This record gives sequence, structure tokens and C-alpha cells, in this order.
Amino acid sequence: MKDAPGTRDYDWWLLAILATICALGVLEIYSATHGSSLAGMQNKQIRWLVIGFVVMFALSRLDYHLILDQAPVLYLIGIVALIAVLGFGHTRFGAKRWIPVLGEFLQVSELVKLIIIIVLARFFAEVRTDELSLQDLIKAGLIVGLPVALILKQPDLGTALVLVPLLVVGAFLAGLQWKHAAAIALIGLLMLPVAWRVLKPYQKERVTSFMHPEDDAKGSGYQVLQSKIAVGSGGFWGKGFGNGTQNQLGYIPVRYSDFIMSAWAEEQGFKGVLLALGLYMALLLRLVQNAQRAKDRAGMFLVMGVAAALGFHVLVNVAMVIGAMPVTGIPLPLMSYGGSATLFVFLAIGLVMNVRLRRFVN
Amino acid sequence: MSYWFRNDNRLPQARLAIASYVIVGMVGLLLLGFWKLQVVDSDKYGVMAERNRVRSIPIIAPRGRMLDRDGRVLVDNYPSFSILLLRDDPALIDKNLPAIADGLGLQVSDLKDQLESTKALPKFQPIVIKPEATNADVAFIESHRSDIPLLEMLMVQRRRYLPGGFMAHASGYVGEVSEQQIEASNGKLRPGDLAGKTGLERQYNDILTGTDGMRRVIVNSVGKEVKELGRLSEQEPIPGKQIQLTIDYDLQAVAEQSLGQRPGAVVALDPRTGEVLAMVSRPTPDPNDFAVRISGEEWKALNDDPLHPLLNRAIQAQLAPGSVFKIVTATAMLEEHVPEEGFTTFCPGYGTFFGRQYHCYVFYAKSGPKSHGVLGLHDAILKSCDVFFYNVGMRLGIDRLSYYAIKLGIGRKTGIDLPSEEQGLMPTQEWVERTFHRKWYAGEVISVATGQGAVTTTPLQLAHMIGGIASGGVFKQPHMLKDAPNVAEERFHISDSTVEKVTDAMYGVVNEAGGTGTHLKLAGIELSGKSGTAQVIGYDKMNLVKKGSQYADNAWFVGYAPRRDPEICVAVLVQESGLHGGEAAGPVVRDIVKAYYDKKAKKTQGTLTADDKRYDVDHAAAATAAIQPPAVKSAGASAAAPNHAANATTQR
Repeated sequence: MKDAPGTRDYDWWLLAILATICALGVLEIYSATHGSSLAGMQNKQIRWLVIGFVVMFALSRLDYHLILDQAPVLYLIGIVALIAVLGFGHTRFGAKRWIPVLGEFLQVSELVKLIIIIVLARFFAEVRTDELSLQDLIKAGLIVGLPVALILKQPDLGTALVLVPLLVVGAFLAGLQWKHAAAIALIGLLMLPVAWRVLKPYQKERVTSFMHPEDDAKGSGYQVLQSKIAVGSGGFWGKGFGNGTQNQLGYIPVRYSDFIMSAWAEEQGFKGVLLALGLYMALLLRLVQNAQRAKDRAGMFLVMGVAAALGFHVLVNVAMVIGAMPVTGIPLPLMSYGGSATLFVFLAIGLVMNVRLRRFVN
Repeated sequence: MSYWFRNDNRLPQARLAIASYVIVGMVGLLLLGFWKLQVVDSDKYGVMAERNRVRSIPIIAPRGRMLDRDGRVLVDNYPSFSILLLRDDPALIDKNLPAIADGLGLQVSDLKDQLESTKALPKFQPIVIKPEATNADVAFIESHRSDIPLLEMLMVQRRRYLPGGFMAHASGYVGEVSEQQIEASNGKLRPGDLAGKTGLERQYNDILTGTDGMRRVIVNSVGKEVKELGRLSEQEPIPGKQIQLTIDYDLQAVAEQSLGQRPGAVVALDPRTGEVLAMVSRPTPDPNDFAVRISGEEWKALNDDPLHPLLNRAIQAQLAPGSVFKIVTATAMLEEHVPEEGFTTFCPGYGTFFGRQYHCYVFYAKSGPKSHGVLGLHDAILKSCDVFFYNVGMRLGIDRLSYYAIKLGIGRKTGIDLPSEEQGLMPTQEWVERTFHRKWYAGEVISVATGQGAVTTTPLQLAHMIGGIASGGVFKQPHMLKDAPNVAEERFHISDSTVEKVTDAMYGVVNEAGGTGTHLKLAGIELSGKSGTAQVIGYDKMNLVKKGSQYADNAWFVGYAPRRDPEICVAVLVQESGLHGGEAAGPVVRDIVKAYYDKKAKKTQGTLTADDKRYDVDHAAAATAAIQPPAVKSAGASAAAPNHAANATTQR
């Protein structure tokens, strides 16, 4: 039924963009850590990137229809893993998110993101109507709601939030009706005060300090303020590689990971930001293009699920760096240091390649 | 493989296109945010980044020194380390406070109080928790830099005064500025800064205070200095200007030694210029104790001490001048011719006015006659006869007497360049009416004419007054800053014959038989003066109470030389000595005047070379070396008799 796809069928443009972003990330990780006790971190990141490329190519060889076939099983595995991590997970930085795999600690929720992309793609592909019925919308909501609840238990608000745009984008492409969208928006608005009550104190603090960062310059508003100072003081041209004072003297919090964009913006200035965000935009648009050329709805949903997840990461992370959104602990894909997050991105891109490779096969 | 996806290739192209627009819009919005920070507000954040990484450390400017009139150092500085506590991280402070207190030998409760009281200050501003670090403290801080990253050391300049409270009241002392001073300084002063609190330190604070410099260092996010990143510009401190005083170290040393530890005061003036040559007040605290930091308890003890060691008696003791005031009464009598110059009276040991007996001190004499017999003005001053001046006072009346007294400086500040000078009091009719809402009693003038009653003066006032009269009515404003511009001068017209008669009488006090100060006579020096023995309570009551020092008389002697247009005038007060003014205070005057002439003789002979003048003083040794052994009181008193006899024969 299908030939093995040739190498020229890979999206080389997409890979080029990907590789460039990774290179920027490695450079900035080096700059941010070379003078500190974390020196050499860029090498660990390169190791993760190599592993990432390998798993990406591996995943692209496996027909995505086979993967989608196993969606219910994957979903079950994901839920069990989330429950397991709550029971036996490794606690780091005050949250149970990690399980040991191959001597490293992996975040289960990263894997769950991928599974939800697959499960939703399968679900929406099976919806045959042009308009999404309320019944199907609620079903989709429940599919996402269960892992969201479990991830919130860890607690990991950031990752839980990432699952929401997967549902939103999927539903939108599946023919979400405007009246349903309006109703959901209204309910969401009414639920806000309730949500505020169930937030953990540190989460509330992040939101309030986001509203008034100058109130407590040494407390929780500190991170955002220092990040803004770094970005702003970079100016248009930047302070130069390795010359960012906010970066080098450690004023930027976790400058090699969640706030790497802040370090980049300080040293490379607005021109560097233009380059980085331009690359991310190209990456996302390239994903949409791949979706448009997918062979079937299932493939389209897979690619757009990946685009939704990556787009949301970029938006929330970069907005946080410039103080436009509260601190949620969502890393910047491909630039931030981190094993699980990097692996997730490459696996997700692997799915996209998978869809692309099979676009002409019928 | 199941075929759930078969025949399903209808893609929502319109909605995918919308997704593209959303992506472009999102990136556009983010770029807008970066544009605002990096282009619009870039300067503002640039400044904030700079403020982040650069910490300014003050370099304390040394305070100006104080030199004596010959350029010898009286007040100096020495470098010392203050220990600072960084307060950025309250949790870290709570955790380490006991260890810090233990390591530096401080009380945890004191530290907590201090942190509480400085709560309002910005958190990045460290506080001084120990002003003078010992070697052990420095070692403690260095060895705990990593586990207690809260302590820093700041080099400061501390004040060094001569030991034993030498000239302490005149020099005053410095202390940490008060919160009010900080507020009033418009940001010029910071907590922990020093400022003059009293004396010359306060009077000339603006001259003595330098401008602190600034060292700028690069610090990382935990406040550690990062030396690898190079040095930033420094702002050198501008040291305070030194001031040269009119004080003569040699005379000051004699005055300190001669007064000893008796409560009282000494002021030595050059009446020709108003220059203060020496100023002593006893008892005295050691201002070196304040130069570091004085504990609340020590401070309270000083303030509550019944002997008031913080009081500068030379300018602040307001006491009855006793018989020294008779010079005022005599001047008024001669100028007004009331009574006439040739007025004589008979002193039987007391006078009766308004049906009441007023005793002369001679009435209580332990030996010899109990009356002065018939005497005129000259002998009345020599022997300090009270009855004579009771009569003169009665005839003059309070209005004329107070007019002269006030013109001669009684009850008025001299205007010396020291803070907190007191003015004393010269009673007048209006004063009585204003204060007590009653009429002046005619009899009150009897006490006032002999320097008792309501009249009070400071030692400085008396030196100023006697010196001015002996200078023919020219009163130079006393001052302590050498080469002071525009020294004020008051002239009060006193006729030459009055000056002559009064000064002759004061010469006689020391140099003529029967004078109250004949034991003070100095060969070759025209020492003149007037003694005073001011009652704390009346003679009559003295017999009723137990004779405790608390009620004992205050002894005064104001002496000067030479007899006309004097070069030096010294006022000495010895409080509650129970001795006559000439006995207790006179020898101090004599010692100082003698030292003055000894030095002058050396100078004119050229034995005092420039090298001698500017030696770096080993103060303690110099103090003892320069001092003539002071006359032992009892010996001086008993030796007076034969001297007296000898003088009587030679003088007359």
C-alpha cells in the first residue's frame, strides 16, 4: 500500500529552521553559563538535540495511521503514567513530575502532551460532520479534562494549560460552532473567581506580582522585573555575545532555560529578537503549510496539534519574558535547556514529518 | 489496520488560513512588546541594569583636625573599621543573627532592636552593627564570608581626642547624626555619619566635615563584588579642613593640671584680642568614649550624674560671682561719683540696714580681728570688705548698678564661638516685676552689690569683664578660632581715673599688704586680680546646717597681668571647696599666668625654636613636662602669711 518515502520528501526547510533555532539556543546557553558553576551545559543540550534528531527520524518512519490506531491504548498509558507519577514520582522543585528513565528524569506530562495530540487527532478525524456537535465537543472536553486534572494535581499549571489550546485548535478546525464558542467563553469567564480560589498560593502570587511587579522588587515580582531590565537594556543592537550584564552577573532568573529569551534579547538586542521570533514564525507557518497539504484530516489534525502546542509555548514563554504574562514555568521550545521538553518537540516534529512523508501516498 | 480515516480528505482550508493569520498576529504582538522595551524604554532599563550591577561604597572623608595656636595637634583622626549588616534577605538574617551576635560579642536582643528601628530604611542600605571592629571581629567576618554572607566592613575615620578629657568641653565631641539631622540635610547625610554634637566640633562642623568619596564596584545578583570585570571610576573623598585654635597647648596643660579634679572651670583670655588661651571644665567625660559609640546606660549615667560632667562650666555655669562683682560696684561708684570718691565707712563686722544686720565675711574669720575698721575704696577692694560695698550699693541703687553691670557684660552672652553659652543674670527692677510680679525691695541691692542675691555670671563673663575694665573699657569678643576675621569689639567709656583706681586696687589685692591674694604674688610679674567667695547659702544659715560640701562656698579668682592693658586674664572657679576664693582658685590663676610669662620669656630669648613648636606631641609626657607643680593648697595658704609680711615691708 505504501512505498518507503525517500529522503527528498522530508521538509528540509522545516529542518533548517529547526536546526537554526537550536543553534541559537545552544549559543545562548553557553553564554549564560560559561562563567558559572553550570559551565558546559551547552554540551548536555547538544546531546539532547542529537537524541532528538534520532527519535524524530525514527518516529517519521512509522506510518502515523498505525500510531493513530493505537490512540486508545496510548491514552490509557498516559493516564496510568500520570497516576503513577502522583503515586511514586520523583519530587523536584516542590512538584511530582519526574520519573526516572535511562538514568535521567523525564517529565511524564511532556509525554502526555504528545499522547493528547494523537488522541485528539484521532477523535476529531472520526467526526464526520462539517459542524462540531455539542455532544462531540463535550466528549473532546472530557478526553482533555481528565489528564488536565491529573497534571494540576502534580501541581504543574503550565503543562496543564498547554493541553487547552490543543483542544481549542482541534475543535476550531473540526468545525466549532460560534454559539458554542461564545457559550464556553461565557462560562469560562464566570468560572474565573472559582478558579482563583483553587489556585495554590504561589500561583496566586505569580499572578498578583504579574499585575504589580514593582511592589516587591526582591520577591516574586523580581524575576519578571529583572527579565524586563535585561530585555530593555539590550536596546536595538544588544550588548554583544557574552556581554549582557544582567545575564552574566546572574540577575536573570534561570537564564539558561525558562528565561533564555531574556538573555538572548539582552545580548543580541531587538535585531536578535527579530531573528529568533522570525524563525519561530517561519516554523509555525511551515507547520500550517504541512497541515494544508496533509493527505487526510487525521494528518492535518496531528500537524495542527503540534503547531498549537509549539505556538502556545512560544507565546506564553516570550510574553512572560517581556512581562506581558505571568510566570508559568513553560520553557521556550528548542532554545531552553531541558531534556524532556526537547525530546517532546522533536517527537512532535517527527509526527509532522510522518504526515508530510505520506502526503502523496493514497 | 482499521479504516476509520478512509475517504476523508476534506480539509478546512479556510480555518487553516485563519490559523496562519493568528500566528503572524501573535508574533507581531510579541515584537511590539519587545519594541516597547528595547527601543522606546531602552534608556530607562539601561539605567536600571547599571544600578543593578554597580554598587557605590562610600569612602569616608576624614574630619578636619584641630590645632593649637602653635600648630600642635589637639584633635586628630585614626582609621577604623565599622561592621555593616546587609539587610537584603530578612530570612537569612533571622537564621544567622545568633551566630553573628556570638561571633562579634553583641547581644541578639540589641541587634533585633536595631533592625526594628531601621525598618523604614531601604532594604539595600546596610546598617552599622559594630562601630569599631577588633582584630578578632575582622577574622570572624573573613572566615565566615561564605556561610554568613551578611557582614561587610567599612573603613571609617574616627576622632581621637587627647586622653583624660583634655580640653574636652571646648573641643566637644562627634556622634552619629540624629534622624532629624538626616532629614534636614536634604540627602547629604546618611545614617551612621558623624557630626559635631557639642563644642567646637559642632560650632565648626561645616568646616571640619569633608565630602565623602565613592568607590563603585560591580556586584553580581547576590551582591558579591566581581573584580574580574574591572574597576569603575572612583570619586576621591575631600577631607575636612583643619582649624587652628587660639588655645595654647602649654597653658591648657597647666590649667588642666592645676585645677586637678576639683569641680570648676578655667578660662584664660588675651584681652587685647579676645583669644581664648585655655578653657577647662571639671568634671569631664572622655570624648574618646563618644567617638566610637556610647551605650544607652553610659549616656544615662553621664546625664544623671549630679556633678553634670557634660556641662561646660566655663560658659554654662551660672553662679553668683561673689566679691568679684565688687569691681562692677566700684566702677559704678567712681563713674557716678555716688558716693564720692573719698567715701569711707566703718566696718564693725556687719552693717545694719532696714533694721537687719548684714554681716561682713570678716565677722566669721577664724582668727584675727572681726572687723575691718575704717576704710575707703582701695582698701575695701584689697580686703574685700562687704560692709563698705553694702553702703555703696545702697547709695547707688539698683538702677545705676545694673546699668553698669550690664554695660560691663554681666547677664549678657559674650558671643564666644561655642554653642550653648549661657548668659547669667543681672537683676533689675523690671526683671523682678516680670518674674516675680512684685516690686523691687530696696534692700536687695545690698546683696547684689557684693555679687550675691540674684546676680549670676559664667567664668567666661568674668574674665571678659575684668579684662575689659583693665583694658580701659575695650571688650573684645572672646573666640577660639585663630585669625578669626572681624572680631567684634565693644567699647564702654570708663574714665581713665576710674580705670587707674580700680586696676591699682586689683594690683593691690595681690601685691599689697592686707590683700586677699597676697600669697599669689609673682616676682617680676604684675599679677592683679580679685577674689570672690560666693555663698551657696547665707553665712547665718551656714551655722545651722551641717557643714557639708554641698553648701560650701564657691571660690572665684579672676586675675590678669600686667596691671594695665593686660595680655592675659584668667578666671577660675572652684566649686564648693569651702575655701576662700583667693586660697582655692587663686593658685590656678597664678600657675597659668606664670606659665604664660615663662613661655614668653623663652620665646624672646629664642630658646623656643620652630622645632619646638611643631613637634608631634607625645601628649601625656608633654602635659606633665610643661606643668609647674601646682601649689598645694594648704601649703600655699600657710606660706601666705610670711610672704605677706615680707611684702608689706617692701611695698609700703
